[in-house]
Amino acid sequence: MGVIGEAWNWLANGANWAGESGVWHRLGEHVYVSAVALAIACAVALPVGLFLGHLGKGGTLAINISNIGRAVPVFAVLALFMVSPLRNAGYLPTIAALVLFAVPPLLTNAYVGMREVDRSVVEAARGMGMSGIQLFLRVELPLARAMVMTGLRSGAVQVVATATIAAMVGQGGLGRIITAGFNTYNTPQVVAGALLVAALALLVEGALVAADRLLLPRATSR
Amino acid sequence: MAAQNCLVANDWICWDYVTSRSQELTDATLEHVWITGVSVLIGIAVSVPLALLARRGRRWAAPVLGLTTLLYTVPSLAMFSLLLPVFGLSAALVVTGLVLYSLTILVRNVLAGLEAVPEDVREAARGLGYGPGRLLWQVELPLALPALLAGVRIATVSTVALTTVGSIVGKGGLGNLIAPAVNSSFKAQVLTASVLCVLLALVADLLLLGVQRLLTPWTRAGAGARSGSRSGARPAAPAQAAAPAPAPAKEA
Repeated sequence: MGVIGEAWNWLANGANWAGESGVWHRLGEHVYVSAVALAIACAVALPVGLFLGHLGKGGTLAINISNIGRAVPVFAVLALFMVSPLRNAGYLPTIAALVLFAVPPLLTNAYVGMREVDRSVVEAARGMGMSGIQLFLRVELPLARAMVMTGLRSGAVQVVATATIAAMVGQGGLGRIITAGFNTYNTPQVVAGALLVAALALLVEGALVAADRLLLPRATSR
Repeated sequence: MAAQNCLVANDWICWDYVTSRSQELTDATLEHVWITGVSVLIGIAVSVPLALLARRGRRWAAPVLGLTTLLYTVPSLAMFSLLLPVFGLSAALVVTGLVLYSLTILVRNVLAGLEAVPEDVREAARGLGYGPGRLLWQVELPLALPALLAGVRIATVSTVALTTVGSIVGKGGLGNLIAPAVNSSFKAQVLTASVLCVLLALVADLLLLGVQRLLTPWTRAGAGARSGSRSGARPAAPAQAAAPAPAPAKEA
């Protein structure tokens, strides 16, 4: 039987799902950490990105933040947190690192989405006497929605994926199943853990696409 | 005195560390550079044919773009682990994972570049008697270069960052220094390796920017077209022109 078969057997074994280092507990940690980080990142990045986009200022800032986000390894940032006093703060190092990495795509997409709104539409709305706030809420935001949602999706998937790396510095989450398998030379467990993580990432992506379509079916798809 | 004991005191910044472990740091940096370099080069070699395939029509574009995007969703730790049974603990494992990630960005950019070649330029080349191969090699690819190189820059920068995760199989370049240093709480090593990693990404980006400028002189405003065969066409760089949809950033 191949490794995939053995991994399947590992997954089918109920004993591997129970307890402190079982799949359910790790999955719970993973989802909790990802959700908190994403919520904080949204609360920080979306207002800033949307507002700067509305003003039409800070484009360089948005693009640069995005580029820096790409260049800095999460693993290194997590490692830095883990050798700082933060290491005793429970989930905090992971959440802080995840927030840092979810902010760039959210911010950049929110900004670019707002800027890409057809200028003539904005001018027309302004000509109709819309105030800044009306313009923002009724014209720009709905038109920028697709782009903002794309940012939210890539941010969410990135957070779920990155939460895996937390295991490499001893934090919780599904990645722990993989690293535990590595440490005990248990390849089926490594593969089983990887399958779980990949499945979760794809599930999150799929759920967000579905939610997006269900919430506002009339919006043009890009 | 404080400077002498920074290794003992476990300071964040410690020049003693850098001098005493310079060999280790150099080796890790070199490993980092070659893993990144090989991955991006293979990525380019694979993505150009894939982009050409995707260009042949919707029947090919959907699966090619769908698959490369899907691969991007797989977390890096999981990707490296899934490839483990195939490659074992080797550099090939890390390189393969990184190549698969770079495809997402590269295929899209090559495709965007090729599609931005103006139709009249193609017509003109055909009128001059260019066959499909020569058209691609001498007209379309050069004109797609700005977009291609923009993609290469993004892919390289994120690959530099991602390589660190390869330390899970002991082939992570600078990540190899970070992982053990976390367990022993060796601050200077974590910080130095992290900073080197970011510097590496920035240097690579700047170098590629230089390459891009050298290879595509016609895209610079004011610069006269140098080579006669290229002077006829000077489209703006498609992928970098006004407000590009930001490419996704890979974790790690």
